[in-house]
Amino acid sequence: MTTEVLTRGTVVIDVEACKGCDLCIDACPPRVLVMTEHVVNTRGYRYPLLLAGCTGCRACAQICPDFVFQVYKYDTPLSVAVPEPETQEAEEPAEASA
Amino acid sequence: MTVTSQPRASRRLLEGSEAIAEAMIAAGCRFFAGYPMTPFTEVLEHMAAKLPAVGGVCMNAESELEAVGMAWGAAATGTYAATGSTGQGLSLMQESLAEISLARVPLVVLNMARAQGDYYQATRGGGHGDYRTLVFAPMDVAEAVELSQLAFHLAAQWRNPVLLFGDYYLAHTTQSVAVDPIDFGSVPAPDWALDGSTGGTGRARLVSPLGGGKRRDDVGYDLSEHYRDCAAATEEMLNRVEPLVDTAFVDDADVVVVAFGTPGRYIRAAVRSLRDEGAKVGWVRPISLVPFPTAAVAEAARGARAVAVYENNQGQMIDDVRLAVLGACPVHFIGGLSLDHSGFGIAPDLDVAVLRERIAAVLDGAKER
Amino acid sequence: MEHIEGHAVINTSAPPSEPARLVEDFTPELIDVGEHGLCPGCGEPIALRSAVEAIADLDVIQRTIAVFGIGCYTAFSNNLDVEVMQALHGRAPSLATGAKRAKPDTVVFTVQGDGDMVNEGLQEVLHAAARGERITCIMLNNGVFGETGGHMTATTVLGQRTKNTLDGRDAEAHGYPILLSNLVAQLEGAAYVARGAVNNAGNVARTKKMLLRAFESQLAGEGFSFVEILTMCPTGWFIDTQEAPGYLSEHLGSVHGVGVLKDRGEERVGS
Repeated sequence: MTTEVLTRGTVVIDVEACKGCDLCIDACPPRVLVMTEHVVNTRGYRYPLLLAGCTGCRACAQICPDFVFQVYKYDTPLSVAVPEPETQEAEEPAEASA
Repeated sequence: MTVTSQPRASRRLLEGSEAIAEAMIAAGCRFFAGYPMTPFTEVLEHMAAKLPAVGGVCMNAESELEAVGMAWGAAATGTYAATGSTGQGLSLMQESLAEISLARVPLVVLNMARAQGDYYQATRGGGHGDYRTLVFAPMDVAEAVELSQLAFHLAAQWRNPVLLFGDYYLAHTTQSVAVDPIDFGSVPAPDWALDGSTGGTGRARLVSPLGGGKRRDDVGYDLSEHYRDCAAATEEMLNRVEPLVDTAFVDDADVVVVAFGTPGRYIRAAVRSLRDEGAKVGWVRPISLVPFPTAAVAEAARGARAVAVYENNQGQMIDDVRLAVLGACPVHFIGGLSLDHSGFGIAPDLDVAVLRERIAAVLDGAKER
Repeated sequence: MEHIEGHAVINTSAPPSEPARLVEDFTPELIDVGEHGLCPGCGEPIALRSAVEAIADLDVIQRTIAVFGIGCYTAFSNNLDVEVMQALHGRAPSLATGAKRAKPDTVVFTVQGDGDMVNEGLQEVLHAAARGERITCIMLNNGVFGETGGHMTATTVLGQRTKNTLDGRDAEAHGYPILLSNLVAQLEGAAYVARGAVNNAGNVARTKKMLLRAFESQLAGEGFSFVEILTMCPTGWFIDTQEAPGYLSEHLGSVHGVGVLKDRGEERVGS
C-alpha cells in the first residue's frame, strides 16, 4: 500500500562535506531528514538522507555549518508515492536511529 | 647618504616636537594616533593641530595599545601612518610591533625617550619572535626633521616599522630649522594595501601577520613558510639599508668616543675642545642604531688605544660597540644613569666639562699601556 | 527507490530533473572554500555565512574590509573573497577604527569571539562604541575560549561547565558574566545593538536581518553598530552536537537575551 506525500522541494546533499553533526535533523520543520545509521562517508561521518515531503524552506541549508545542502523548490509541487508504514508505531526516524 | 645642512632662507625657530610633526606631514603622514605621555605629548598635540588641515586624521587613543592598533589599521590601507610614545608606552606596543612586522605593514614609531635606557628595547625589539625594526637616533632638531622623513620612505620601501629614537631634549629644545620635504626617491606602489576593491574578484587581498596571502584550499595558514619569508625580507632590509654615522678625528685618535642622540652633541663638543688642546681623540656617532654602523666603529677602533662609550643608561649600546671592536682594543663605559629626579632623563651630568674629564681619564689610562 | 525504516528515500546526489529553481546554493559566493577545520556542529560558520551574505545582499563587497580577531573563526580570515586585515587577540576594533578613519568610504566590520572581545579586548570595543566609530563589530559568543580548549570567558554563564570551572561557574569564586550587548547599548555612540543566535533556522534568519540592519546603520553613518551572535560550541561545552542548540537556549540564551537592544534608526523614524 502506498500513500501520496506532497513534496514542494528537494535538496542536493554533498555527502563528503558532511561532518555528521545532526543539526539539520532537528532543524527541518517537516522532519524529512534522517541520518544514516551504519553508512558513513569517506571521512567516517554519518550523513543525512532525504524523505518525501520537503517544502524547500532552506532551514537545513541555513543551519548547516558545513554547506552541505543545495535547496530547490519545484515549479509545481510533486506527489511522491511512498509505502505506508507497516505498524502503528511510525517512529520519528531521528529517534529511531539515535 | 649624509645628513645635509639646511638652507638658511626657509628656517624658522621650532621646538623639536613641532618640527617633527611638520616633518612627518611633509613626508606624507596622514594618520597619527597617540596617548599623552611626557615627553611625547607635545608631538601628539602638534599632530592634532596640524593634520586636519591637510586632510589627515589624528586620534586620541584610549591607551598605547589602541594607538598602535589604529595606526596599524590605517597603515594597512596604504595610508602613511605613525604613532609614538615614551619608553613605557613603547613597552605596551611591543606585541603589536612584532606582529606589524610580520604583517609587512609600514609604520613610523616615535620613542621620545626618557634618557637612553630604551636602547635594548629599540634595537633588539621588545616584542616576540625574529623581527627587527630600523632605528634612527637624531642628535638635534635639524637631524630629526630629516630622519623623520627618511623613516616614512624606508618604512614604505621595506614594509616594516621604523623607529625614531628621540628624547626629552629633542622634544623641548627650540632650534632654527627648515622643514622642507625631502625626496628620497620612489617606493614600490602599495598594491598590497586594502581599500575593499578586490572583494568578490577571487583575489581579495589579505594583510595578516599569519600569512602573506589567501589560501584557497583547506590548508589554512602555513606559519613556518610565512616566518621564513619574513625572515628573508628582514635580512634583505638589514643588508641593504645603508648605516648612517657621523665620525670625526678618528684617523689618528688614541681614544675614540662613541655616543648617540642628544649626548652625541655634548661628546662632539668635548672631543673638539680636547682636540684644541692637542689630545688625540675622535668620535663615532651612530645615527642609525639599526643597522648599527659596525664597520665605522671597527675602522675607527683599529688604530686606537681605547674606545670610550657614553650613554645615559647602565650600558646598552656598549654591547654593539664591543661586537664591532672585537677585542681590537679595550672598550670603556664612561656613561651612566641620568641624575634627573623627575625620571625624564634630563641629565645634569650632560655637561661638556664632566665629559672632558671622563674622556681625559680614558686617554691617560690608554697612554700608560 | 531506496527505503529506510519503511520510508522512501529521495535521490539527493544530483539536482532534480523536474522543473525547479535553486533557492539556496552550497557555499556562499564570498566563502572561498566550503571545507573548514571547525568542529562538527560549530555555530561560527553559520554566523559567518550570514555576515558575508549580508555584505553581498547590500552590494558593498568591493568597499568592504573585514578585521578578524583570534579564535577558531580566524580560519576564515584566509578563506573569504572579501579584503581582510588580521588583528591580534582583542585588538580588531582599534585596527578597524584606523582603517575606517583613513578610508571613510569603506564598510568595515570586525569578527571576534567572546574571549577575544570581552576578555582581552573589552577596552577596545567599549571605546570604539563610545566614540561612535562608524564600524560594525560582530561578536561570536559561545561562552568559552574555543580555540584553546574550552575555558571560561567573561561571558560564561553561572553554572556553565568549562575547563577551569569544572563544577560550573560559581559567582563566589568566578564572579558574574558580562552581558556585552547590554553594556554597549548604554553608550551614546552606539547606534544599533542586537543579539542574535544560530541555534535554529528561525534564529539564523532573524540574525541575518540584524546583520543587514547593522551594516545599513554603518552605511547611513549613524554611529557604532554591534551584533552579538550566540553560537554553538559542542566541543567547548563537552556535549553532543545535537544537544548544543538546546544547551544554547537554556544556558547562554537565558542570560544573554536575544533581541534588538537599540536601534537609533528606528528611534529617529518613530519620533
